[in-house]
Amino acid sequence: MRLNRRAMLQLSAAGAALGVASLPARAQAIEELVIAYNVTLPSWDPTVGPSAVNPTIQGIYQSVFDQFILQQPDLTPAPGLLTDWGWNEDRTQVWMDVRTGVSWHDGSDFTPADVVWSLERAGAEETGNPIQFIWSTIGNFTVDGNRITADVLRFEPTIFKWMYFLTGYVLPKDYYERVGADGFESAPVGTGPYMVDGFERNAFVRLRANANYWNGVPEFETVTIRFVPDAASRVAEIESGNSHVTLEMPYEEYDRLRSGSLTGTATPVSDIGMIFLNDIDVMLDPNVRMAAALAIDKQTIIDRLLSGYGVAIDTLETPDYIAFDPGVTVPYDPDRAMELLAESGYSPDNPVRFTIQTTRGFKPKDYEMIQAIVGLWRRVGIEAEIEVYEIAKHYELRAADDLAPAAFYNWGNSVADPSTGTGFAMFGPTPHSVWDGQDLVDMIAPLWAEADEEARIQGWKDVDRYVADNALVIPLLQYVQPVLSAPGVNVVPHRSGALLPHLMTRA
Amino acid sequence: MALIRAILSRLAGTAVTLIGVAVIVFVVIRVVPGNPIAMMLPPGATEDDIARLTARYGFDKSIPEQFVIWAQGVFQGDFGTSITARQPVLDLVLGRLPATLELSLLALAIAVTAGGTMAVLGTLWRGTPAEGAVDVAAGMSLSVPDFLWGLVLILLFGVIWPVFQISGRVSPALDLPFTTNFYLIESVLRLRFDITRDLLAHMILPSLALAIPLAAIIAQLLKQSLKEVMHLDYATLARTKGYSETHVILREALPNAILPTLTLVGVQFTFLIGGTVIIERLFSYEGLGNMAIDAVINRDLPLIQGIVILFAVLFTAVNLMVDLTYAALNPRLRHG
Repeated sequence: MRLNRRAMLQLSAAGAALGVASLPARAQAIEELVIAYNVTLPSWDPTVGPSAVNPTIQGIYQSVFDQFILQQPDLTPAPGLLTDWGWNEDRTQVWMDVRTGVSWHDGSDFTPADVVWSLERAGAEETGNPIQFIWSTIGNFTVDGNRITADVLRFEPTIFKWMYFLTGYVLPKDYYERVGADGFESAPVGTGPYMVDGFERNAFVRLRANANYWNGVPEFETVTIRFVPDAASRVAEIESGNSHVTLEMPYEEYDRLRSGSLTGTATPVSDIGMIFLNDIDVMLDPNVRMAAALAIDKQTIIDRLLSGYGVAIDTLETPDYIAFDPGVTVPYDPDRAMELLAESGYSPDNPVRFTIQTTRGFKPKDYEMIQAIVGLWRRVGIEAEIEVYEIAKHYELRAADDLAPAAFYNWGNSVADPSTGTGFAMFGPTPHSVWDGQDLVDMIAPLWAEADEEARIQGWKDVDRYVADNALVIPLLQYVQPVLSAPGVNVVPHRSGALLPHLMTRA
Repeated sequence: MALIRAILSRLAGTAVTLIGVAVIVFVVIRVVPGNPIAMMLPPGATEDDIARLTARYGFDKSIPEQFVIWAQGVFQGDFGTSITARQPVLDLVLGRLPATLELSLLALAIAVTAGGTMAVLGTLWRGTPAEGAVDVAAGMSLSVPDFLWGLVLILLFGVIWPVFQISGRVSPALDLPFTTNFYLIESVLRLRFDITRDLLAHMILPSLALAIPLAAIIAQLLKQSLKEVMHLDYATLARTKGYSETHVILREALPNAILPTLTLVGVQFTFLIGGTVIIERLFSYEGLGNMAIDAVINRDLPLIQGIVILFAVLFTAVNLMVDLTYAALNPRLRHG
């Protein structure tokens, strides 16, 4: 074959035709909402396996399944499939009122039996629910009309909070028993605002609005969630008009794109960055710990590295958590840090040395933040060596209590309760805790079963103050989630970080 | 007979290679940092909970014991169950294999076409500035890695001039009436060219990103081989018979110059398949490579094993095919 000018022109025309035929509908009115999501969905059952406790995919689950209790965008609970709930007076029983007039995506009626079955299944060891230790605290269910009553087998003050947290989903009893786990995986059925219309693993999920949704029919009839894990590709998706909404892009890109035709929302979410301190080596010296905490200028780090997108925090409670105490502060005070280090015999010429571990690229600017912190530490007499590891290694080391003296990590707590933040992060016997001091264990232990809510919250505030006063962990910042949307769509941000298509409306 | 002996010998060698890969992968992913159980521990897990989870996934046994159990399953067609997807590994990897194969083959076709064209043009225009331009183009194509080409292509044809799709394999809105996951091939066979067009619009950029470096390698090597044989007697004889330079290159020189390129293409094709891991991620393409990255991040050991072994099978199969093709084309090997 001879390649002449005519042949080249023909090839070019064919290529252009091929491309134009698949042009994204950038400027057209949005009929089918397309979202470029930052993670993939490995499994459809929101109550078992590792996916069930992955906070980043809860938004997809909540599009298809309802939780026992609805969580509003400000993290507060509201009537959902359960319209009311509570304990009896002596806290030996719980009761739950079940909503009527709700149907499953397959058309069958939602009943109290579905709620009981979901709770019993979640509490059974053989199911493999990662939060089984919470669900198993109630049992012996009885149903009277639309009211379910259960015995409290072990008092758990946060049981109702877990009903809008990880694995707190209601699944269809009859359907699940009929099709089994594999059948449910290939054709999931919920009561949620959207029904699954198509699913390609690692590629996309296509959702169709549930016309019978009890909480109002979603505005967008069809929603496609594309799984685009690469941040640069997500930016290209929204910039090209292939997707209408995306999230979690570098803040510089967010600023650049929102100054154009795209709309941006940047909301603080229930995810914090922190430095775990391990009770080993030099970290046993309170002066070293406190100096390390005082020497970090959090606000400057947020301003310089995160373009101002972050909220500096001094405890593991963010301002929108119920145990937040604005009176507990750890100011940036490098002079005091140097004094404390001097008391222990350290100075910039004779620095205290330890290793700090961090991920690189797992969270926005994680490595760069630690680099900046190490630089700040160096000025006061702390010489920290950075060790980069993968997040999987972090989990392994943390579970084995083998982390370095300092280790950067992030912690999500969308239920906003101190037990699931400060509690699990700082209570020595749990596998997620790093500081194992007995004094702290003794402070926290009674709070797990404290029945007086006011006393419980005050107890956790006291724990937070003790942790800050003794620098047992170094909280850094509350993350801000950037979301970009095309003209024609309004996004309602959710403080949990879940991007929920049923909250999106036409602009 | 010699060819059959060679094939049997290669097949035996392939089996040994695959067993070796299986053992190495099995051991390595269990000794590298990152315990899958630690990643799925619930907040309030006790020692008993950890022990129960460890036993549930069979990680409480020694590595040799785990290997024996896994190998027994493999011989019965059971590669285990994915920890994250909770689906049989074999179903997952075989479901994604066609997507990666189609992408790789399309990239190979583009690379061979583009590289071959550049080589022929470079030979035709040898000694002129045009040959220099071909060399520069090949050098630039080769010096930029495939993932960077991917980003450039996304910027050019996805953002600045959005004529192609930049993520996924097919438009979600399309109804696919297919019985296999070889969408591209089946769409052609079923004459569903609307789907073919949509698939190509999704595949063209990732396959180009994969193809560009390989095209440059083919262009450089083939041009060098062509230039060497163009000085040989039979090429001179063809010229003296009055054949055009194009005819001499395509009909006389190319069949003799192509053997070394063929071997190289075979080897490079295995690298190209390896390159799909990053490119599929970049273009959110639903192939094996994209799945492999998620499996590694989540420490989904059974799935990692399945994917790596499938890649190993692919590599060895491609190498085997290259050897056989080489033997079939090379008269000295064909006749023993």
